[in-house]
Amino acid sequence: MGGPDRKDELVATEERRRDPWFVDFYRSAVGKKWVMALSGIVLLGYLVAHMIGNLKVFLPAVDGVPELDLYAQALRSLLFPIAPHGVVLWILRVGLIIAFLLHVHAAYSLTIMNRRARPVDYAGPRQYLAANYASRTMRWSGVIVILFVIFHLADLTWGIQPAAPDSWEHGQVYANFIATFSRPWVTAFYVLAQLALAPHIFHGAWSMFQSMGVNHPRFNRWRRYFAVALTAVIVVPNVIMPLSVLLGFVGA
Amino acid sequence: MNITLQVWRQESADRPGRFVTYQVTDIEPDMSFLEMLDVLNERLIAQGEEPIAFDHDCREGICGSCGVMIDGLPHGPQLGTATCQLHMRKFRDGDTIVVEPWRAAAFPVIKDLVVDRSAFDKIIEAGGYISVDTGSAPDANLIPVPKEVADTAFDAAACIGCGACVAACPNGAANLFTAAKVAHLNLLPQGQAERWRRTEAMVETMEQYFGSCTNHGECEKACPKGISIDFIAMMNRDYAKAKVKNRRLLSQSN
Repeated sequence: MGGPDRKDELVATEERRRDPWFVDFYRSAVGKKWVMALSGIVLLGYLVAHMIGNLKVFLPAVDGVPELDLYAQALRSLLFPIAPHGVVLWILRVGLIIAFLLHVHAAYSLTIMNRRARPVDYAGPRQYLAANYASRTMRWSGVIVILFVIFHLADLTWGIQPAAPDSWEHGQVYANFIATFSRPWVTAFYVLAQLALAPHIFHGAWSMFQSMGVNHPRFNRWRRYFAVALTAVIVVPNVIMPLSVLLGFVGA
Repeated sequence: MNITLQVWRQESADRPGRFVTYQVTDIEPDMSFLEMLDVLNERLIAQGEEPIAFDHDCREGICGSCGVMIDGLPHGPQLGTATCQLHMRKFRDGDTIVVEPWRAAAFPVIKDLVVDRSAFDKIIEAGGYISVDTGSAPDANLIPVPKEVADTAFDAAACIGCGACVAACPNGAANLFTAAKVAHLNLLPQGQAERWRRTEAMVETMEQYFGSCTNHGECEKACPKGISIDFIAMMNRDYAKAKVKNRRLLSQSN
């Protein structure tokens, strides 16, 4: 029939535009949930590493220098002298920022999509059978975590008052740590933020398995146990550390 | 028994609706919920009023036609059954029951408790089938299917398309329906040829109408057939795979 030599053959003047596979994948809601799961793993991994690093506040000083300060210096000189000072740390930071932005953007655009899909609410008393407090408050706990991160950076990374203590000094990690948590309202805010983070981690650490299709009858119940354990591992030390300073167990 | 019903009444899609309260007296506890509505409708007709419109057909839990939100629960307080299988003995004498249609942007109200579920048909049209040439029927059991796989595929195929999953989902998502329809074909040998195209097309069609899954698990509890959210995980896995498969080389590996 119609071969390329046919005179009246319809000729396409433009090729069909195809987006790169990642853009195509991210455009779908299922793809966005994959991105939320993967970026969530990055963020959870960071939280675990950050918590373990901070535990050094409990260790004694080495030759008069707090162990926590040595740890901070070591982070800046990761892979030195193979890489220049601070470069590896910045690569890690950029990865973290990208994961954070993707996580927030996906959450935001899925929220818009979901609001549109359920414009009218039920008038009857809605009875939830499976949705728990954690899963229903993900958006709120997420917003609280964002606000906390901004405060936390202003407090201990950038030293912006009044979030940061008056005595804040760049590089004096241990001293800043003690100074900031000696203020009761700061410790109270950190503890509250961690309690908001707990349900967020609990639902996220379970939900990511579903989003990425990691599902096996033999291991499915372990996904819940994992979520509980991970939440405890991150949140419990993060609550203990500021309280230890305030109650005078550390730095007194 | 006597009950008070608060029913959503809406003349048509473009007219605003409202709740109307009805006192339904002398109801037999062994009536089904739909039979109770029948009795009320008979009385309304006798009074010269418009009867309440609701979807129903087989009344034995297999057609998927019926389904309303009863006191904030899809298909009512009894789990694992459709509205037609719910009996009035599940309620107490003197109860007030709120009856609403499924609420979702993809399910516009046609009248009273009847919603338009044709968005489900769009998802099926996108890939909820296998393409086979017709001809004489093949011999039975010609294609071996492991028993466990057949069972799982059957669990997925039990979906009656009632829409309770969408109604239950706080996001108005249809992931459980779509996942069940994807899974019952993707699990079987006959479904393999179109597996990746099917998954991609059905998921993307679904997302044109419905919300997205946030893993609450409400749909699984609301489902009259008890379809598991494990199928949603399978669909998510197959969707990601569909995006990266080299389809020209599919036959050389699984």
